[in-house]
Amino acid sequence: MISESSLEKLKILAGAAKYDVSCASSGTKRGNTQGGIGNATAWGICHSFAEDGRCISLLKIMLSNYCIYDCAYCYNRKSNDIPRTSFTPDEIANLTIEFYRRNYIEGLFLSSGVLRNPDHTMEQMVSVVKKLRTEQRYNGYIHMKTIPGASQQLVTEAGRWADRLSVNIEIPTENNLKILAPDKDFKSVLEPMKMISTGILESKEERKNHRNAPLFSPSGQSTQLIIGATNDTDHTILKLSSALYTRRDLKRVYYSGYIPVNSYDNRLPALSAPPLRREHRLYQADWLMRFYGFRSDEIVNTENPNLDLDLDPKVNWALRNPHLFPVDINTADPMMLLRVPGIGTHSIQLILMARKHQRLNSAHLKKMGVVMKRAQFFITCNELRSQNVQDLKPEIVRQLLLDKKSLGSDASVQLKLFYPMTPALR
Amino acid sequence: MTIYSFDNTFEGLLTLVFECYSRKQFPDEILSGEGSQSVLFGSTSNIVTDDRKAERVWNGIISRSSEDNAHRIYRVFLSGLPDAPLLLVKYIRLIIDSTKNEETNFSLPVVVEVNKLHQKVCREAQRIHMFTRFQKTIEGSYYASYAPMYDVLPLCIPHFSDRFADQHWIIYDLKRNYGFLYDMKTVSRVVFDDLKVNPQNGQLHASLLAEDEKLFQRLWKQYFKSICIEERRNDKVHRQHLPKRFWKYLPEKL
Repeated sequence: MISESSLEKLKILAGAAKYDVSCASSGTKRGNTQGGIGNATAWGICHSFAEDGRCISLLKIMLSNYCIYDCAYCYNRKSNDIPRTSFTPDEIANLTIEFYRRNYIEGLFLSSGVLRNPDHTMEQMVSVVKKLRTEQRYNGYIHMKTIPGASQQLVTEAGRWADRLSVNIEIPTENNLKILAPDKDFKSVLEPMKMISTGILESKEERKNHRNAPLFSPSGQSTQLIIGATNDTDHTILKLSSALYTRRDLKRVYYSGYIPVNSYDNRLPALSAPPLRREHRLYQADWLMRFYGFRSDEIVNTENPNLDLDLDPKVNWALRNPHLFPVDINTADPMMLLRVPGIGTHSIQLILMARKHQRLNSAHLKKMGVVMKRAQFFITCNELRSQNVQDLKPEIVRQLLLDKKSLGSDASVQLKLFYPMTPALR
Repeated sequence: MTIYSFDNTFEGLLTLVFECYSRKQFPDEILSGEGSQSVLFGSTSNIVTDDRKAERVWNGIISRSSEDNAHRIYRVFLSGLPDAPLLLVKYIRLIIDSTKNEETNFSLPVVVEVNKLHQKVCREAQRIHMFTRFQKTIEGSYYASYAPMYDVLPLCIPHFSDRFADQHWIIYDLKRNYGFLYDMKTVSRVVFDDLKVNPQNGQLHASLLAEDEKLFQRLWKQYFKSICIEERRNDKVHRQHLPKRFWKYLPEKL
């Protein structure tokens, strides 16, 4: 079934799927079954790394790159003159199994252009996933895109077989989405998202009573936002993510720096390169919300609507709140330790365990992996007091931290000499 | 100067610890079996591995700390680094002599060092999970080989025997010349004298490959190429995540 001719299809349909940044294969722990193939580990496994540095964990592929929609930011839009092709459900199931058996991949990520109508497309995709689970007895990871506008019944069916479902919002505000994607609106994206979160919740409830009740998208749902294609601020973006995490229970929001694939379309900005640094800062901010207990408005707000490209958001927060520092490493509450720049979740675990044995000093912290270069201004430990952010003033600390980074490689980045402070501190 | 030597097995190392306690003499240096370096000062006591003594030390470690910690010690041993045995003897001594569990006392250098090395070994084992590439043979079984930095294959086998339970496979460590064979029932340790494998890239001899094996390698290579976004090209990060020493075994990098 898979033959030489599949090479060309793979080239086109993997090339078409590469703009979706989701690559996680984590979140489900699924054991193999008798006579079956595959399992899914809770932490996920990468199997290779593309030359753009991104992890390759899943066979990320489109069922088809024909599409009836004409979204300005999308490479696969109807009006683009590109080679088009489709895989049959059997071909994709087959390719997945063959790659999986060779340990090339951790599973399948299946997306598609919209063929004819959303339900028709969804049906085909569901048939791939169902084939893998039932005919091939495959227990590995599957991430499936939900087509905006697909019916409840098909979403329910998809959630039964897949580990993760996702719908991409792409553009953070509805007005901008309408301009760039005339065939879509927020409703068409948020409706299926709601169906998925309801499905997940119901299945969780049911499994409390019946251990064998069917799973529904056990690894949760995610979405993607394109960054830099519109004038939306980081404040808008992070507020949206924060709402999705709390109200829709999303596992991940991915941020994709806009790559001008349709540069002739004048609704889009002309960029010389994708805004990679901004994308990186957004991931850091997102991390702070998910693992460090930060609220989105602590990271960016109406006063400072965009993330600082020069310093990471945790340092920025600390510099805006010098009155909370220095923190005593030997006594501080874990939630406060988490807020110290240079200390990550791993070193906190070590600190909490080690300080039960004895008082810690900076040499201990260094050995445990604390980045003292940043942390030194925000902590006190069991030794002579060094100058901290209160003694030095935030502006000076900011300058010191900037000087320690080699910004020389990026001449276009001007150092900001005066640091914007929160109103409370002025 | 107290020097011990042992047979370089984990049981041997545990026996050595037992002997240290019964002789009340702890080593300044430990030599492993095959490397019979000439010793200028002092004489060397050779330790004869004794499974019962080893077990007592193993149980002692568990009762003074935890089972996790005992396994941690085993994994650090698998690093095979020349300094590891002496480090482990110091560590085990700390665990056994302390009244409370010291395995989380990260203010002690020996604890930090053991944990660092442990992390390195685990990371290498993870890389084998990640970068193992099976080749399908004409008989329909699957073969993979590697030369890991540490002796981590034993740690990886449960993962593969669960995941690839319905296919026959062999994973072979080319550097240490042994591997594991899975026959859909059990896993056994194997040594091949006449392996028909190109030691340069771990590829099986062409006559042994399934008819469509080369096609799937090409498909994978094509996928690898197509999935890369040229505008985001980042060779530094690429090399950081995918260490060069693995490239020669990966069809996508061949």
